[in-house]
Amino acid sequence: MNEYFSPIDFLVLKPVILLTLFGIGVMLTDLFLDQQHKYMNAVTALVGLAFAAVQLWLIQSEMAAQGVAQIEAFRGAVVLDRFAIYFSWIFLISSAIAILIAIRYLEIEQEHHGEHYAIMLFAAVGMMVLVMGMDLVTLFIALELMVLSVYILTGFLRRDRRSNEAALKYLLLGAFSSGILAYGMSLLYGMSGSTNLNVIADSLAARPAGDPLVLIAITAIAAGLFFKVGAVPFHQWLPDAYEGAPTSVTAFMSVGPKAASFAFLLRMFLVPLGSAREEWLPLLVGVSIATMTLGNLAAISQSNVKRLLAYSAISHAGYLLLGLVSGNETGMKGIAIYFLVYTFMNMGAFAVIVALRRRDLIGDEIDDMAGLMYKCPTAAVLMLIFLLSLAGIPPTAGFLGKYFIFLSLIETGHITLAVIAVLYVAVALYYYFRIVAVMFMREPVDQEKLSFSPGIRIALGVTAAMTILIGLYPEPFIQFAGSTVLSILR
Amino acid sequence: MPEITTAHYVMLSAALFSIGTIGVLTRRNVVIILMSIELILNAVNINLVAFSNQLMNMSGQAFAVFVIVDAAAEAAVGLGIIIALFRNKETVNADEIDLMKW
Repeated sequence: MNEYFSPIDFLVLKPVILLTLFGIGVMLTDLFLDQQHKYMNAVTALVGLAFAAVQLWLIQSEMAAQGVAQIEAFRGAVVLDRFAIYFSWIFLISSAIAILIAIRYLEIEQEHHGEHYAIMLFAAVGMMVLVMGMDLVTLFIALELMVLSVYILTGFLRRDRRSNEAALKYLLLGAFSSGILAYGMSLLYGMSGSTNLNVIADSLAARPAGDPLVLIAITAIAAGLFFKVGAVPFHQWLPDAYEGAPTSVTAFMSVGPKAASFAFLLRMFLVPLGSAREEWLPLLVGVSIATMTLGNLAAISQSNVKRLLAYSAISHAGYLLLGLVSGNETGMKGIAIYFLVYTFMNMGAFAVIVALRRRDLIGDEIDDMAGLMYKCPTAAVLMLIFLLSLAGIPPTAGFLGKYFIFLSLIETGHITLAVIAVLYVAVALYYYFRIVAVMFMREPVDQEKLSFSPGIRIALGVTAAMTILIGLYPEPFIQFAGSTVLSILR
Repeated sequence: MPEITTAHYVMLSAALFSIGTIGVLTRRNVVIILMSIELILNAVNINLVAFSNQLMNMSGQAFAVFVIVDAAAEAAVGLGIIIALFRNKETVNADEIDLMKW
């Protein structure tokens, strides 16, 4: 080609380019579809995700065949390593499940527009570039593409006040945190004269320990990133955004953008800020304890299932930060496997809530689940599986993620932290079982049958099957997650 | 005449960043909060361009252009959401947007 682009650049971005094209395609074909055929947009979007998945698979197997651990493109601005590929799979899967559960939900809400699926694909593009990025500019733009898409999705129910309010709160706090993060990035650039993460890492390592400029940069970047993953004290947006957003979008943003932000956080803390570990470690320990405490304790008193799961998501962020506190191979493996498992169990739980939605019932209060066992045993049992997994009870998959993170804490001698984390699992069990108690012990308030759309059937089937499969037969998944570790740890 | 150095620009940027942060935290009108966020992004731009000038390195200026684009996109989405909210509930006061609380 020429000195600016090489075929490799194109190859690395192929899945992303396909998703973008399909996103634009969905917006165009939406113009020619009448209201009865809007589901075709979802089909187009799913085909796009399938194409991207095939490309990703081809790249992955080609890399495995040639024995290369990573491909650099755009002069090091984008790096496709095993870490990026692993997280890209999570994004493709979570987007596909979110689209499957969105179809019926948006029909009931009478807001079934093609843009929903297009924006979801654009968010997936942002997430995939975010985990591949090795350059501050690329990372910032990818992050903004992701979060701007999610703001729009959160406010997608234009006529619903809760949705408007959630979108506004999410936007104001999200944009604020992006500003703080960008300020930290500008300081990193000023100190190193480069936007490449590896160059920044080298020049930060050369600076004396305790340099105030480095401390300011770390504080700004950490604050911005903690906002994005919803860690205390920057979590206020999260319960409101989760409660107000359309349930299908809540399912999506609790997994995809969260995993992407977390992968971004890992990349920032381990590569450019890796040499300043002594400085950020106490901060991280404090934040993770506060996050687990607030998430678990606030979840106890919730009456809305979406809000309860939002606080549970905050507490999960706390456990995941512990993996970074230990920072060894087991910890990283724990984080990687945790997200894979979390994708299935959390989206499954939200899919059950979506299935409860009818024209006259929102279905997101705990009381709406009363007697679900007598009305629809399948939904109740599936919800039980997902909640057990979220609490981390073997043999469900949720146990696995927590196991590796706690193991890594013990390996690195953070025994107190491990004990606190295990105690909070007991608290978590209490509030998850509040939902279970309502489902199994109370009389149903009405006898109206639940109807599952084909999309929700597939979503529930896949999530439940994977939640149990990963729990019972974890070996290949542990290996897959373990192979990603070396490319992120320097 | 004393010369304007990079340090001056960085101080200006820090001041702008602080004003923006205080604006986000204290103002109650959501449009003004959005404007305060723009101030923060402009602080970032001043930083980037000043460092870029000092280091004789163009990537900072390229970054600044992308930050401007992002600020525009954010304003577009933000105002869209504010209008959607205003149609349903005629207020732009953050204290009155309180449907959800724990």
